[in-house]
Amino acid sequence: MRLTCPHCGARALEEFTYRGDATLRRPAEDAPHQAWVDYVYLRDDPAGYHSELWYHGVGCRAWLVVIRNTLTHQIKSVSSAVASPAPNKSDS
Amino acid sequence: MSSDHYSLFSLLRESLRGHAGWKPAWRKASPQLAYDVIIVGGGGHGLATAYYLARRYGIQRVAVLEKGWIGGGNVGRNTTIVRSNYLLPGNTPFYECSMKLWEGLEQDINYNAMVSQRGVLNLFHNDAQRNAYIRRGNAMRLNGVDAELLNIEAVRNKVPFLNFDNARFPIQGGLLQRRGGTVRHDAVAWGYARAADRLGVDIIENCEVTGITIQNGIATGVETTRGKITAGKIGLACAGNSSLVAAMAGLRLPIESHVLQAFVTEGLKPFIDCVTTFGAGHFYISQSDKGGLVFGGDIDGYNSYAQRGNLPVVEDVIEGGMALMPRIGRVRLLRQWGGIMDMSMDGSPIIDHTSVGGLYLNAGWCYGGFKATPASGLCFAHLLARDEPHEVARDYRLDRFGRGAVIDEKGVGAQPNLH
Ligand SMILES: Cc1cc2nc3c(=O)[nH]c(=O)nc-3n(C[C@H](O)[C@H](O)[C@H](O)COP(=O)(O)OP(=O)(O)OC[C@H]3O[C@@H](n4cnc5c(N)ncnc54)[C@H](O)[C@@H]3O)c2cc1C
Ligand SMILES: [Zn+2]
Repeated sequence: MRLTCPHCGARALEEFTYRGDATLRRPAEDAPHQAWVDYVYLRDDPAGYHSELWYHGVGCRAWLVVIRNTLTHQIKSVSSAVASPAPNKSDS
Repeated sequence: MSSDHYSLFSLLRESLRGHAGWKPAWRKASPQLAYDVIIVGGGGHGLATAYYLARRYGIQRVAVLEKGWIGGGNVGRNTTIVRSNYLLPGNTPFYECSMKLWEGLEQDINYNAMVSQRGVLNLFHNDAQRNAYIRRGNAMRLNGVDAELLNIEAVRNKVPFLNFDNARFPIQGGLLQRRGGTVRHDAVAWGYARAADRLGVDIIENCEVTGITIQNGIATGVETTRGKITAGKIGLACAGNSSLVAAMAGLRLPIESHVLQAFVTEGLKPFIDCVTTFGAGHFYISQSDKGGLVFGGDIDGYNSYAQRGNLPVVEDVIEGGMALMPRIGRVRLLRQWGGIMDMSMDGSPIIDHTSVGGLYLNAGWCYGGFKATPASGLCFAHLLARDEPHEVARDYRLDRFGRGAVIDEKGVGAQPNLH
């Protein structure tokens, strides 16, 4: 598996740090307890395409959103997390 | 007459009769329409659950539904290490219960699982690590678990060929649990399957659960590739597929699925006689009775259902091995594979009922669930039969995350790929 960083090109996996599901959104400060439990602890964990955050720590230090198939490790897209954040499943 | 009880006597008798009298270890059962309890997942935990349900709790109309074949999941993919050297109160009694069950397992199920208490030695390389291991050892001893702190001479005596003078990570000593060791993993699956089968449990292979039927908030049965089956209670023991199967009942779990790799070398004469782990990187190694070195390290670290990993972790594991015992650099690697781990948010398991009536969950074993197999089966059977947690598993509740009662051995927080 290699990631093609939009800023640095194709780079080895060791340059990146994984930070999980990119579709999670931090609830409002005063959101109900359960909203916080869901955000911190519960995951969809899909078999198939997964939007996920990777940090290019040994390269440009940008946060990236990678869409990757968890069944095959095939990478569909890599984009900047700032320019195009992953959509939250609840906003549509 | 068939030779159903394994013993020296039956072996001798069968030797004289051309081994024609052995019965298959378990029947190829077909699904019936209804059961008292259905266990989804025929790995070690599912089979052990079915066995203890029938054996200790007297529930006989039990089916284990396995989408593939017995032994094809993590129970047959792990590096076979068993130990009970846990620090936290929620964990220590549970893993010690498991260790005691391992100690009597072969007599209990009449199957040679090659339980080998060859010891587990965790090395430390600096003062902070020594302190942490002293604390862990003390916690173990307070719970009646054996633990010994070895100084560097004692480690040298036991495993003289380690790289003691590694410039960055000199070995200073180790924490030894003599009762830890290895168990032949597929024999555990086969042995529990055979013992459960003899008590009337139906073990149904090539039967994938594709849906969970819920009526008025109560799970009443499952849909499978071999038809619908109804059940009084349903227990999920799907390890790396837990999130997918729970989603069939509309549940989201505090779990991510990750891939872990294992490695085996060509066979060698015996030279490593205890399980040894490197404390400065993640690397653990033992030698199988066939002679191959069996080793592994970290999970790959990204969500995966692929049952295969990537090269960076292969490199990392092997670098750890070379730093610890340079002589393995001359050995050829024969096989390498991956399995999917149900990594929980605090690194500890869940054995609990769910918010759906009649639906129970056994999951979150991370990469350490093989050692837990007997206790997990016993505690899950207890929960299914009595509707209350077994006393050694009472902290493994699904609601602990919301209550802030997480059991985080490693202290890394809600980041499953770091546990
Ligand atoms: C490489 C590796 C090394 C490891 N090393 C160790 C170790 O040294 N020590 C240790 O303690 N632990 C270790 N583990 C972890 C341990 O193997 C697991 O935690 C444990 O085996 C999980 O429980 P199980 O045996 O029930 O899982 P599995 O054997 O995976 O059983 C789950 C079963 O559920 C079935 N299933 C899934 N979905 C469905 C469905 N929809 N319908 C029907 N069936 C389904 C699967 O096919 C599978 O057979 C390791 C794991 C791996 C992969
Ligand atoms: Zn970059």
